[in-house]
Amino acid sequence: MRFRIIVLAKQVPDTRNVGKDAMKADGTVNRAALPAIFNPEDLHALEQALSIKDKIPYAEVILLTMGPTRAAEIIREAMYRGADRGFLITDRKFAGSDTLATSYALSLAVKKLAPYHLVISGRQAIDGDTAQVGPQTAEKLGIPQITYAEEILSLDAKKIIVKRRLERGVEVVNSTLPALITVHSSAPPCRQRIGKLLMKYKHARTVTELQNETKDYTELYNERPYLLIEEWSADDLNADAQNLGLSGSPTKVKKIENVVFQHKESKILSNSDKDIEKLMQTLISSHIIG
Amino acid sequence: MNNIFVYCEVTEERSIADVSLELLSKGRKLADDLKVKLEAVVIGHKVIKPEALLYPFGVDVIHYADDEKLFPYTTLPHTSVIIELFKKEKPEIVLFGATSIGRDLAPRVASALRCGLTADCTSLEIGDHFENKTQTEYRNLLYQIRPAFGGNIIATIINPETRPQMATVREGVMKKEVYSVKYKGKLNKIDARSILKDEDFAVTIIERHLEKSRIDIKNAQVVIAGGYGVGSKENFQLLFDLAEILGAQVGASRAAVDAGFVEHERQVGQTGVTVRPKLYIACGISGAVQHRAGMDQSAQIISINTDINAPINQIADYTITGNVADVIPKMIKYYRKNSK
Repeated sequence: MRFRIIVLAKQVPDTRNVGKDAMKADGTVNRAALPAIFNPEDLHALEQALSIKDKIPYAEVILLTMGPTRAAEIIREAMYRGADRGFLITDRKFAGSDTLATSYALSLAVKKLAPYHLVISGRQAIDGDTAQVGPQTAEKLGIPQITYAEEILSLDAKKIIVKRRLERGVEVVNSTLPALITVHSSAPPCRQRIGKLLMKYKHARTVTELQNETKDYTELYNERPYLLIEEWSADDLNADAQNLGLSGSPTKVKKIENVVFQHKESKILSNSDKDIEKLMQTLISSHIIG
Repeated sequence: MNNIFVYCEVTEERSIADVSLELLSKGRKLADDLKVKLEAVVIGHKVIKPEALLYPFGVDVIHYADDEKLFPYTTLPHTSVIIELFKKEKPEIVLFGATSIGRDLAPRVASALRCGLTADCTSLEIGDHFENKTQTEYRNLLYQIRPAFGGNIIATIINPETRPQMATVREGVMKKEVYSVKYKGKLNKIDARSILKDEDFAVTIIERHLEKSRIDIKNAQVVIAGGYGVGSKENFQLLFDLAEILGAQVGASRAAVDAGFVEHERQVGQTGVTVRPKLYIACGISGAVQHRAGMDQSAQIISINTDINAPINQIADYTITGNVADVIPKMIKYYRKNSK
């Protein structure tokens, strides 16, 4: 049996480049308006998976992501770096999912890929910074979680030993398998694309992407079936509609305030008590501090 | 309405973490607003005098699970004890510290209870909500307010339907305040052995090394950086004082590092670290291009400098003309006066 590693990754809006149209009226993110990137800590997670594959030749790395059609970009990116294949969970029914609804959908997809040995994800995504989806997915799968992993110290078919990076130190833990690991940014960065793999997978597409291609890929895909990236809908996962998207999300966004800053003329203040108190009040009331 | 619960984290010294005491202080206020009780959950072993420590924060009930298998913290046993307790007590609100432990535990609990959880709240309030779609009025919800999207937005999150409403809050966000030194609650001992199963011990700790926290200015939301103009190692201490209060990190210019005021790990700039915090306070930094390259993407910049023509002032949102040794103590004073 192959040693199956599932990497959970997310395509995220690059929060360093947020414009005015970044949010929709309902308070959810307008992903179409933002540059999309591979969530940084998920790349650290991918590296952990690939380095296991370096050591265990029968290991297999599968990338799993949930998102719109465009999210297939990170599946290809993972394949260019050494992942064996990937699945895109995509359906309008998933729109508006909070961490609980997301972990429900991800856990169904992971179960579909059973038997698996390890699930690895980044600690958190830069658009939400919640760090909740990893532990919540582990709970739904009924497997142990090891958060903030910095290094996998040893691994066999039944157990794993991981060094965790905590706020004030490190902890080494032993866990049974299967287990879910979330990887901290202090873990090694991901290797770069490999030229040979880039050539091999550059035409990898999802069914939806193929439909939008002008070129006919039929012959190529008959010859190289591994190029097809499978898409899974809510029905493919036998998902319960009540647990998906907005209806499966206990948290609702009530209000959004924008704090996009503009560099204006510098305000000149004196070192008087009055000026400094006013400044501190401004910083507190605009949530910049406190 | 049911009560407010705070998960009280047990420290290495087997006391209760400051962040938990801060949350009890906030929890007490919320409990008073809602006219409900405040309950503390302590899971550990041989915790030092939990009753004497916690009651003065206005705690009505301490749920205490004391067992050698519950310390140090591991995820599954603590999750099982909490879930068992919450299924019985049905809390209205639960607060956790946004620490290595709280951020590991709270999501697992929320998933098992299928309730909402908001991470890293910077403010918690009680308020109502009217849902237009269903024409439903919700009274006395917990407003969970947090920055999101890399700090570009402030979101108010609510959980209209599910209970408990859960949130994590970072250390230093809420203020630790004793409610009444004479306050007395009662102790509810939890028999952990009757709850825990073998599979709760799938993860075991092999070794632990607690170190001083690494300097991590790269991920700090607020950076207070000093330059040669700070003048001395002693004056740099003022920056550390302000940083501690704001939950910030201290950075430095190359000139300050070269002068031996602080260690090299704190250097911001082309040959140091690049930072993009929400707030960068440049103290006595003239602002050479090399330094600006490492911080000019900060969302807000405050420059404190005796020289009104310092180049850094061109990119600053606020320029305070004055001496660092005068200005920083005032900032500390007025932050304390005006923050909750």
